[in-house]
Amino acid sequence: MLGPLRHTIIKEFITLIRDPAALQILIRAPLAQLLVFSFAASMEVRNIDIAVINDDSGRWSQELVMRIQAASFVDSIIVLPNATGLDALIDRRKVLLAVHLPSDFSRRIDRGELGKVQLTFDGRRANTGQITFSYIQGIVNELNVELANDAAPIPVATVRHWFNPNLIFLWFMVPALVATLALIPTFSMSTLSVAREREMGTFDQLVVSPVSTLEIILGKLLPAVFAGMSSGTLITILAIFAYGIAFNGSMALMFLSMLVFVFAIAGIGLMISASCNTQQQAFLGMFGCMIVIMVTSGFLTPVDNMPDYLQVVAQLNPLRHFLEIVLGSFLKSMTTSEILDSLWPLVIIGMVTVSGASIILRRSLH
Amino acid sequence: MKIGRLFALAKKEALQILRDPSALLIAFVLPPMLLFLFSYGVSLDVKNVNIGVVLENDGAFSRDLAAAYDATAYFNVTPVRHRKEIERGLINGDLAVFVVIPQDFDARMADPSRSATIQVITDGSQPNSANFSAGYAQGVFNNWLSGQANSLMTSGPGIQLQQRFWFNPELDSRRVIVPGAIALVMTIIGTLLTAMVIAREWERGTMEALMSTPASKAEIIVSKLIPYFVLGMLAISGCTFLAVEIFEVPLRGSLAALLLVSAVFLLPALGLGLLISAVSASQFQAATTGLLLGFMPTLLLSGFVYEIQSMPVAIQWVTHIVPARYFVASLQTIFLAGDVWSDLIPNIFAMLALGFLLFGVTFIKTREGMD
Repeated sequence: MLGPLRHTIIKEFITLIRDPAALQILIRAPLAQLLVFSFAASMEVRNIDIAVINDDSGRWSQELVMRIQAASFVDSIIVLPNATGLDALIDRRKVLLAVHLPSDFSRRIDRGELGKVQLTFDGRRANTGQITFSYIQGIVNELNVELANDAAPIPVATVRHWFNPNLIFLWFMVPALVATLALIPTFSMSTLSVAREREMGTFDQLVVSPVSTLEIILGKLLPAVFAGMSSGTLITILAIFAYGIAFNGSMALMFLSMLVFVFAIAGIGLMISASCNTQQQAFLGMFGCMIVIMVTSGFLTPVDNMPDYLQVVAQLNPLRHFLEIVLGSFLKSMTTSEILDSLWPLVIIGMVTVSGASIILRRSLH
Repeated sequence: MKIGRLFALAKKEALQILRDPSALLIAFVLPPMLLFLFSYGVSLDVKNVNIGVVLENDGAFSRDLAAAYDATAYFNVTPVRHRKEIERGLINGDLAVFVVIPQDFDARMADPSRSATIQVITDGSQPNSANFSAGYAQGVFNNWLSGQANSLMTSGPGIQLQQRFWFNPELDSRRVIVPGAIALVMTIIGTLLTAMVIAREWERGTMEALMSTPASKAEIIVSKLIPYFVLGMLAISGCTFLAVEIFEVPLRGSLAALLLVSAVFLLPALGLGLLISAVSASQFQAATTGLLLGFMPTLLLSGFVYEIQSMPVAIQWVTHIVPARYFVASLQTIFLAGDVWSDLIPNIFAMLALGFLLFGVTFIKTREGMD
């Protein structure tokens, strides 16, 4: 049986290599996406424009404005004499927020009271606004500590971020891309495999040829698995050597998990492919699935923020489990048993999708 | 260009769409699914964050502070006595953050000459939620402090921030996400579907057959696009209805402005789809190129999940040629702020310019394909 199987796989690889588009998926696409995603997809806030309306002539308002101006996330400060021009500035997105210091600001602080600052944000950019608010809160907290040192010590909450002390977003994004960029080529190749043969009529030839169903299934799965593994490996190497992200876990366990993961994804792809008649249907099916997989994986926003029923969906999502393994291996130095906690659901999902694909394909072959 | 011939061709295209159930699926099932997924799945609001509270002593202040963490809706609290018990939780993902109320906290609170401290420790491997949950954990602490009758915070000098969000006072991230999800739907219909369907004609050779008929090239191209334009306009109407009625996003601008910017956006979206189909050798290639050049930029570079101003300058330049960038900004303005023409008009012109550019390139590329 090894003979025919080998030939089936070789045939699939030849079709793969002959098609320039497929090669593009294997090499160029992951690289381009790594570059753009890793730098564009950041939740850090930079280059913010701020309007300042300062009705106070005292020193504390000067001090606060100067500190905000000096902060690394601020690009420019527009000083307004009063609130009249503010609406237009926010409406036209010239500023993200306005800082309004009332006339009694410094006087209140000098009297030992609380000086109040009004921050008005553009709610169309609510998320950026919230992050910026936390940055400004940090500046104010520092100033408060200094103010309090002059009087009496105040209780403080100190913050430490484990695994990524400066919260560099790249350290999250690049490992996450190891997972998603292993997914994309695997998924697109496996989804279009059978559907393309069916549309072109070569599937019938495959059916009458003297190879067993198992061989056809493996012949379809393995090139997709190979594509995903090579893309995932490439990104892992770049993450460690080009981006300089620490890898603290077990390399062997992560690659074992990656293999299980791409098999699980190839299984989903083959299931879609085997139940479609045209490439268009297969592609649209893949597309719908991929969005569900991406959104419920924690890649865009954390799973914990989702409603309960979506968290249940997330449990069935192979990307979610693999993402935990990758992030755990890169930054967190997860122990073997902690990796296994995420690996066994992945193994079960993989077994279900691959056998599901076999059943559907077998049915359509006979 | 003869109108009669154009309509006959457009009718043929429309019949082709109607015959394939998958195209209708994408027009009527995918939009609500996407809106649902994005508006519930992509949430940046902090809710039910799993937090550990390490209570190292039994004093009144410490217990009161721990109760304050218990009381907020932001956190699901796991109370423990020793930090060793929950440190692993941060590694295996059970917790996003933990707060340590140290042994000497009560003693320090009671002594005005010493400063009491608590520690907030987060899982930095998820930088965004680490930032948010640290902020909320500090906020709970500060609120608790100002609630203490003899707290030093209220008696000493200090600065207090008050925040207000225009257009979105409830800080509902759904209101920002839904307009972005609508832009995704429109990109899928305008660019991806168009690219695939026309690439199929090239792959099967039926495009050449069409080209050999007396119909002109312009007529063929325009007639191919009319049905997808109609499909796109139907989708935006459906999405708007869902956004307002189901997802409770306010529509503060006018429906006319919304339909206008959508129609304008379809120009570059269809142009891109057409261009991809013209340069692709197969449906497979058209589909993957469409994903790479249509879908991904709309998701990542349009400013709906990730802030454009925060990107490196080189990538900010790239976002200028992403039509969705202008569409997302226009939709957010029309839904949340109203018909702010000073914001909408530059966006409309940018989309028109990109549309003409893409159609121009496609026209040239198609002629090459014919020779």
